[in-house]
Amino acid sequence: MSRLVDQARSLSPAGWTVLPRLLWPLVVGVVIAGLIQFVIGPNISGFTSKVMLVAGINIIMAVSLTVVNGFTGQFSMGHAGFMAVGGYVAATITYYGSIKLFGTADFAGGTVSWTGAGAFEGPIVGKGDLLFIGSCIVGGLAAAGAGYIVGLPSLRLRGDYLAIVTLGFGEIVRVLLQGTPDQIQPWKAKEALDVPWYELLLKLGGPKGFNLLPTYTTLFWVYLFVVLTLIVSYRLKNSSTGRAFLSIREDEIAAQAMGVDVTRYKVRAFVLASFFAGMAGGLYAMDIGAINAGDLGFQRSFDFIIMVVLGGLGSISGATLAAVILTILPELLRDLPPIWPAGLVLLAGMAAAQKLRGQWRLRPLIVVAVLTAVLEIARRVCVAKGINIADYRLILYASLLIVMMLSRPQGLFGVREAWELFGRGGKKPAKGAA
Amino acid sequence: MSAMNLIARTAALLMVGFGLASLGCEKPSGGTGGGGATKSGETGTPGSPKEDGDAGQIVIGHYASLTGSEATFGISTDNGIKMAVEERNKAGGVKGRQVKLVTLDNQGKPQETQTVVTRLIEQNEVVAVLGEVASSRSLAGAPICQRKGVPMISPSSTNPDVTAVGDMISRVCFIDPFQGLVGAKFARENLNLSKGATLYNRAQAYSSGLNTNFKEAFTKMGGQIVSEQAYSDGDNDFSAQLTAIREQGPEFIYVPGYYTEVVNIARQARKLGITVPLIGGDGWDSEELKNAGDALNNCYFSNHYSHEDTRTEVQEFVKKYQEQYGKVPDGLAALGYDAARLLFDAMERAPSMSGKDLASAINSTQNFAGVTGAISIDENRNANKSAVILEVVNGQPKYKATVKP
Repeated sequence: MSRLVDQARSLSPAGWTVLPRLLWPLVVGVVIAGLIQFVIGPNISGFTSKVMLVAGINIIMAVSLTVVNGFTGQFSMGHAGFMAVGGYVAATITYYGSIKLFGTADFAGGTVSWTGAGAFEGPIVGKGDLLFIGSCIVGGLAAAGAGYIVGLPSLRLRGDYLAIVTLGFGEIVRVLLQGTPDQIQPWKAKEALDVPWYELLLKLGGPKGFNLLPTYTTLFWVYLFVVLTLIVSYRLKNSSTGRAFLSIREDEIAAQAMGVDVTRYKVRAFVLASFFAGMAGGLYAMDIGAINAGDLGFQRSFDFIIMVVLGGLGSISGATLAAVILTILPELLRDLPPIWPAGLVLLAGMAAAQKLRGQWRLRPLIVVAVLTAVLEIARRVCVAKGINIADYRLILYASLLIVMMLSRPQGLFGVREAWELFGRGGKKPAKGAA
Repeated sequence: MSAMNLIARTAALLMVGFGLASLGCEKPSGGTGGGGATKSGETGTPGSPKEDGDAGQIVIGHYASLTGSEATFGISTDNGIKMAVEERNKAGGVKGRQVKLVTLDNQGKPQETQTVVTRLIEQNEVVAVLGEVASSRSLAGAPICQRKGVPMISPSSTNPDVTAVGDMISRVCFIDPFQGLVGAKFARENLNLSKGATLYNRAQAYSSGLNTNFKEAFTKMGGQIVSEQAYSDGDNDFSAQLTAIREQGPEFIYVPGYYTEVVNIARQARKLGITVPLIGGDGWDSEELKNAGDALNNCYFSNHYSHEDTRTEVQEFVKKYQEQYGKVPDGLAALGYDAARLLFDAMERAPSMSGKDLASAINSTQNFAGVTGAISIDENRNANKSAVILEVVNGQPKYKATVKP
């Protein structure tokens, strides 16, 4: 017996590695985010960087929802509600915190968060950044708390029932936030100094929204959190907790029989997903400079559900890719570029890939060829007839979604990750079977 | 299985390819050229997209919710703006240059609004931006315009915060506190009433804001609010609130809601035997009021303009709009029209088309003769103008009075 214990001990990593093991995701995140902000950022147009930023926030939302909807198989429809909780908490701390600590609600950050016009003189990280990032984390924690409170009683439910409860949660959040008192505007900052903290933090503007916030969100912060979210979810998927999640998705009764505390694991998944959604809410609020609960209702939750379903339930890379696609696609359809060059290149590439693998499959080639042809003809007709294609872009967008779901009902990558698909016919069979 | 894999890869690659292609195309092509991505929603002189950035045309942008739940607002406004642009181009343009309008849809989402405004400024290289109806989306677009130094005129956002974003942002409509004041003034002075009740939508910024402002103004003028009742989005039964109001016996009820709610409220109130007048705001402005039948007789609401106003600007505008779109223009169309015309007026006066010059020209506008009244931009960049009071007669709004600020 003691030999077994010793053996087990010798397998666990040495004590000094705790700190590096804890910090490497953060280091990786800072490096990648720094590269995006300071190397790629200055070389792309403001529009491209705006789309990238929105895509980043959507990635965080989609990947975190994957933990609940994908890994654990629980259908949550209130993800935007957690975003609203986190967003409002982060916004109120940043806004009123700035007023109380710095005297004004103006921007007080450094180069990393400068979004204003012209060059910025100052430190890389300012006091405002610390407040902002701290508030985002507190926002995440608040959302996680909300996730715990909602999750504990309701996660004993299944399927449709849970969906309705989470939907209800999102609506409750919206209505509560719309019932809050008026905001103290920046030009009345002096009045705010006399109001006690607990009262001040609740002045969220009600139905008018919480406006005129200082904007701190840049590509750096967004992609730092994107990297962290991705690493955490990937490591989670391959951990014992993650396997418990997957087992619940596959068969709840079997999981229970194997000793998985179903409710506890569901709540865990819920709390974790809510945390990331809350942080994304903070980034969202301080990107727009305003947050309005009316815009974060259940329709918004559906946007994220679509991303998760399209990516494949349980696939992190799928959700990431779907978030990127669904952010870019509506923008792209405003003004459709010629498709056939891209389509031809794609066809040739696919044919080459198939030749390499030594197996010819006509169906995917036909799908691509037909899609390209249809889109190109539609575009030509619109140009020739003087029809403004932008007027129909949401119809096109929806039909592309339908095509994608019909040709790939299990989502882009199914339950697996992108790189697993590119191996020989998927050498890692579904891990969730445990 | 591998067929499935291939389809997956196909779809993925296809989409990524699209994405990269799009982003590649959307980088500004540098120099003076405006790039190719400016075909959407153009009005005015047709021209091949490559000529866009040339000195010949002045490009202005409009962002609006042309899809989504508030699409009618966006479309009305866009119609008004389009008409103003066409009219101006026929008359020779601004400073001899033709004006081109680029309208982009934001789906009624704030995040989308920011993307769209960035796109207008960077890709279409607009010199000024018009938009939006809803204050929450104007508040999303405004910081971008302020940052990039491009003037923005909001046609109909009434939340006071919008223009507080900075000196590039102004508007041509009056703000919420003023409309509350107008309602109070009309009730107190024109109708000589002193005991009122209010019934408002608690979940709506517009409604709850107007309620607060009305209450403040009315009490200040010596009136008394005997009952204050609220409802929420989607409510259809107002009998509980109306019964509570009836017990207090007010001389009128202030209902700052949207027309859909107002029609129900009026009918239910008459059924409960409440005969006092209802008074409301511009949310009432709709043809749907006729659904109330005679329930809304002897009721009044404040509005930006009346199509029955006998001023020549109004009559000409209404006639042209009817010819072009086949219906009577609503307040939003009139405000869109005014916003565009005020912008052209400022362009004529500005020494150059740079953001700074243009903004200071807009902000120094005095007594501009708009369809919705004489507009002066005050030091907070809000429009200082009069409001009209309309009386509902058998579901048809009739011009009653003009209330000056």
